[in-house]
Amino acid sequence: MSEHLPKVAIVDYMLGNLFSVKQACAHVGLEAIITSDKKIIQDSDAVILPGVGAYGDAMAALCRLDLVSILCEIADSPKPLVGICLGVQLLMTESFEFGRHKGLGIIEGQVLRFDNPREGERILKVPQIGWNRIRPAVNTCWGNTLLRGVAEGEYMYFVHSYFVQPKDHGVILSVSRYGNIDFCSSIQRKNVFACQFHPERSGAAGIRLYQNLAAQLKTMISGTK
Amino acid sequence: MNIRIIPRLDIKGPNLVKGIHFEGLRVLGKPEYFARYYYENGADELIYMDAVASLYGRNSLLEIVSKTAREIFIPLTVGGGLRSVDDIRQVLRAGADKVSLNTAVIARPELIHEASRAFGSSTIVVSIEAIRKTDGTYEAYANYGRERTEVDVFEWAKQAVELGAGELMVTSINNEGAGKGFDLELTRRIAESVPVPVIAGGGAGKISDVCNVITQGKAEAVALASILHYNYIRHHRATGDDYSREGNIEFLKRGASFSKIQDAAISDIKKYLLANNIDCRSSFPSVQPVSSDLSRELANV
Repeated sequence: MSEHLPKVAIVDYMLGNLFSVKQACAHVGLEAIITSDKKIIQDSDAVILPGVGAYGDAMAALCRLDLVSILCEIADSPKPLVGICLGVQLLMTESFEFGRHKGLGIIEGQVLRFDNPREGERILKVPQIGWNRIRPAVNTCWGNTLLRGVAEGEYMYFVHSYFVQPKDHGVILSVSRYGNIDFCSSIQRKNVFACQFHPERSGAAGIRLYQNLAAQLKTMISGTK
Repeated sequence: MNIRIIPRLDIKGPNLVKGIHFEGLRVLGKPEYFARYYYENGADELIYMDAVASLYGRNSLLEIVSKTAREIFIPLTVGGGLRSVDDIRQVLRAGADKVSLNTAVIARPELIHEASRAFGSSTIVVSIEAIRKTDGTYEAYANYGRERTEVDVFEWAKQAVELGAGELMVTSINNEGAGKGFDLELTRRIAESVPVPVIAGGGAGKISDVCNVITQGKAEAVALASILHYNYIRHHRATGDDYSREGNIEFLKRGASFSKIQDAAISDIKKYLLANNIDCRSSFPSVQPVSSDLSRELANV
C-alpha cells in the first residue's frame, strides 16, 4: 500500500469551474489540489490541465502565471499530463479562435472551428453541447491509455465550438462525429493524454478515466519505493 | 446530434415541488432521490430550480446541490434567485456546472456579459419564461412567472445570446404543468433565430409531445418535470418520509395521478425518440453504485 494518496495538481488559470474535476478525483481516491503554484505542480504525481472559455484568454493567463515552460517540461517527463476540453486545444501549436493564437506547442497541430455542421436538412448549433460517441481511431488500441475498459462507441459529454487537428495522425486516440464533421476527440502521446469531452461530466463511463488514472498513479508510486 | 433529455427539479426548501403554470406547488418528495434515480436511468443532465429563491434564502438549495454534485457525474444546472456574479460563484462552488438566469438579467442584461466573461459562456443559461398574449405576441415574465416585464421574448432571446448566453431555456408559462404539449411556435421561432442550443420546457403531457418539440419546435434539448416525476412517484410510493409539516401534501397522500399527464420513464421516452429517428444517448450502461455514501445520507434525511 502506498503511504499517501496520489496527488494531482489541477492547473488553475483563473478561468472556468474546476470543482467537478476535483470532485471526480476525490471520488476515485486522488488528492486533488486546484493550484497555479509551480512548486505544487512540479511536486504532484500527475497534472490536469482543464479549461473552459476563450483560447486567447487562457494562453494569456498561462503566460502571466509563468506556467508555460513547466507544462512543456512535464509533457517531456514521465509524469502523466491530462488535458480536458480547452486543455487539449491548448496543447496544440496554434488556434484560430477569434484570430490566430499561439498554443503551448506540445503537440503539433491546429485548433479549428466547426464549419456549418449539418445533419440532413438540419443545421446544427455551434457549440456542440451534449453527448456524443467516441470510437477508436484507425490502428489505435485503448488498452494502455486512460480509455482502457471504455466501450467502443461509448457516449461522453462535450461542450465546444472548436476541435483539434493534430498533424501526426498517430497521436489520435478517438474520433467522434458531429453532423457531417469527423473530429478528433482524444489524443495520446507518451505520457500526455487529452480529450475534448468532459470525463467528469460523462457519468460512469467518464469516471472510468479517473479510475484508470488513479490505478496508474498508485502503480507508479508503489514502483518507486 | 444527440437530443438531451433533462429532468427539471423545482425545489422549495428541502422538497421537490411541482405546480401548474408555476402555481399551486405540491410537494412530491426529496429531490435527492429523484436526482439519483434519473442519473442512473439515462438523464443527460439535471436542472435544479429554486421555486422561491430570494424569498426564503438559499442555504437548503446549496446543501442539496453539493450533496448531488458529489455523487452525480452529469452536468447540473442551478437556477432561481441568482442576482449577481457572487451568487453565481456560490452555486458553482457548491458544485453546479451551469447556472440559469432570468429575473436578474431582465432587470440588468449586462449581468449576462459579466457572468459569461467570469465563468465562460458555456456556464450561462438564460431562462426565458414566456406568456403568449391574445394578440399572438409573447412577453417574458420574471420571478417564476409572477411578474410582467413588457419584454418581447424574441428580441430578448437574440440580445441574451449577443451578451454571452451559452444556451437558452425556453418555457411556456401557458403550457407549464398543464400537460397539453409544448408551445411549438415559441420554441421554433427562438431556436431558429439563435446560434446556441435551445432547451424547451413547459408542457409535456405525453411522450409524443417530446418528439414534436424536437422535430417541429427544433429544440436541441428538452426539460421535463411532471411527466417524469409522476412516473417516479408511481413506482416509488411510500418513501416513509414525513412531509406533513412541509406544505401542500394532499397530492402526495392521494398518490400521484393527474389526468392530463401520461407519465413516462426516461428510457420509454428515448426508445420512442429512437424509433422516430431522433438520436439520443440510449445504450447507457447500468451505473455501478460507486459509493454508498449518498444512500446512507439519504436514509438519514
